[in-house]
Amino acid sequence: MADTEKIIEIEVLRYRPEQDKEPVWQSYKVPFTDDMSVLQGVQYIKDYLDETVSFRWSCRMAICGSCGMMIDDKPKLSCKTFLRDYYPGKLRVEALKHLPIERDLIVDATDFITKLESIKPYIIPKEERTLAQGEYLQTPEQRDMYEQFSSCINCMLCYAACPQYGLNPKFTGPGILALMHRYNADSRDGGQAERNELGYADEGYWGCTAVGYCSEVCPKGVDPANAINQNKMNSAINYFTRFVTPGGADK
Amino acid sequence: MKRSNEPIFWSLFGAGGMLAALVGPALVFITGIAVPFGLVFKPETMSYAHMLALSQNWAGKIFILAVIALFLWHAAHRIHILLHDFGVHAVTAVRVLCYGGAFAGTVIAAYTLLMIKA
Amino acid sequence: MSNRRPYVRSMDGWWKRDAYFVSYMAREVTSVFVAAYAVVLLFGLVRLGQGEAAFNGWLQYLKTPWMLVFHVIVLAVFCYHTWSWFKIMPKTMPIMFVGGKRVQPGTITGTGLAAAVVACLALLFIVGGVS
Repeated sequence: MADTEKIIEIEVLRYRPEQDKEPVWQSYKVPFTDDMSVLQGVQYIKDYLDETVSFRWSCRMAICGSCGMMIDDKPKLSCKTFLRDYYPGKLRVEALKHLPIERDLIVDATDFITKLESIKPYIIPKEERTLAQGEYLQTPEQRDMYEQFSSCINCMLCYAACPQYGLNPKFTGPGILALMHRYNADSRDGGQAERNELGYADEGYWGCTAVGYCSEVCPKGVDPANAINQNKMNSAINYFTRFVTPGGADK
Repeated sequence: MKRSNEPIFWSLFGAGGMLAALVGPALVFITGIAVPFGLVFKPETMSYAHMLALSQNWAGKIFILAVIALFLWHAAHRIHILLHDFGVHAVTAVRVLCYGGAFAGTVIAAYTLLMIKA
Repeated sequence: MSNRRPYVRSMDGWWKRDAYFVSYMAREVTSVFVAAYAVVLLFGLVRLGQGEAAFNGWLQYLKTPWMLVFHVIVLAVFCYHTWSWFKIMPKTMPIMFVGGKRVQPGTITGTGLAAAVVACLALLFIVGGVS
């Protein structure tokens, strides 16, 4: 770094529940090189400038979903966002919006995890097969119907992008509804009726107003807005036909 | 979880939005700009005789009702969400105001069309 | 005893936070103009039902400068509605394949906009032909 050392200003939204009544901005001057991510910048702060700064991270390669934060007000994975793109200006990092701040850049993910468990995010076999009967077969076309929705890494960027979740945390939210669709759309799965009890409620698909920003910020191309909104038609058809379809009323 | 009644309003919203997206611009241009100011079309395009004839015809009645009612239901749904987005939390009042307005408009339009006899 | 005190941030003014939210709100606000236009038509219909004199009064009202300004704005808003309606359309459709290839969002939006142009032209020609 020696003679070409560049320094960037990083403002961190601090929140230490034992001393801060509300979050406050704190500024740090961080020397950096062009290959450094925002996560590495924050790590530099913790290692050399202020050990009290708290944040989550793990893999550093955009697959663990831990290091999401608001970077200049956009939800991003800090490990795949680079300091050089903000230089010579400064950048601001803040805990993911719409989720309660636990401490500094760490959010309280309790609500997300509780909802995640509630949607039965596993295959509920359409037909029980014994080992002797062999695998559950699926064609490539059938796989294409859910594959993109299975790429979610639970990073919660889409929750930070969803104003409907921010306005009403009872709404299940983009990522988990996309995961619900991932299982519902799987040809081997037979759990649609169980899951759609939530899907067809105000807290499910109908809590979405098709803002679409969740799909913009998703680092894995999941497109939650599509997963949710394509179900509104199914939900509406089910709503109107449930009385004439055998067994439809109790679904 | 309680099943949402949104499908009713969403279906009307969608139908109105689609109709507005497909023919809305042309309709506004015809009724609001071209005909009143004598552009493109003959001046008598929206004359009393022409419009009466349109509203005496069953296809015409359906078209007029579809445009007015579905536009109102489309708008009611979005305005309802808009108020929610702006942080108005009086949910019941907002619903009654928006959907009640669309319902009233629909009834007035349908009644007027039924009263126009051939 | 727990020292936890999770801090919930306010949502006040959230739509100003991001250009994406601004365009979403613009899309939603079009509804106010759609409603206003429908009310103008509803008045016309009621006037039509009241007879020739009443209806001609409504026609005269449409010729006032304020109504021209109103309709020019409504026309612009309707065009934005058409564009935004078909722009969000791909999000509302299931994954589709044609000839083994995934139908792209741009194709869905483009088809919708083309359909709107055709429908608008058809309406203009029908009205022009009938009158």
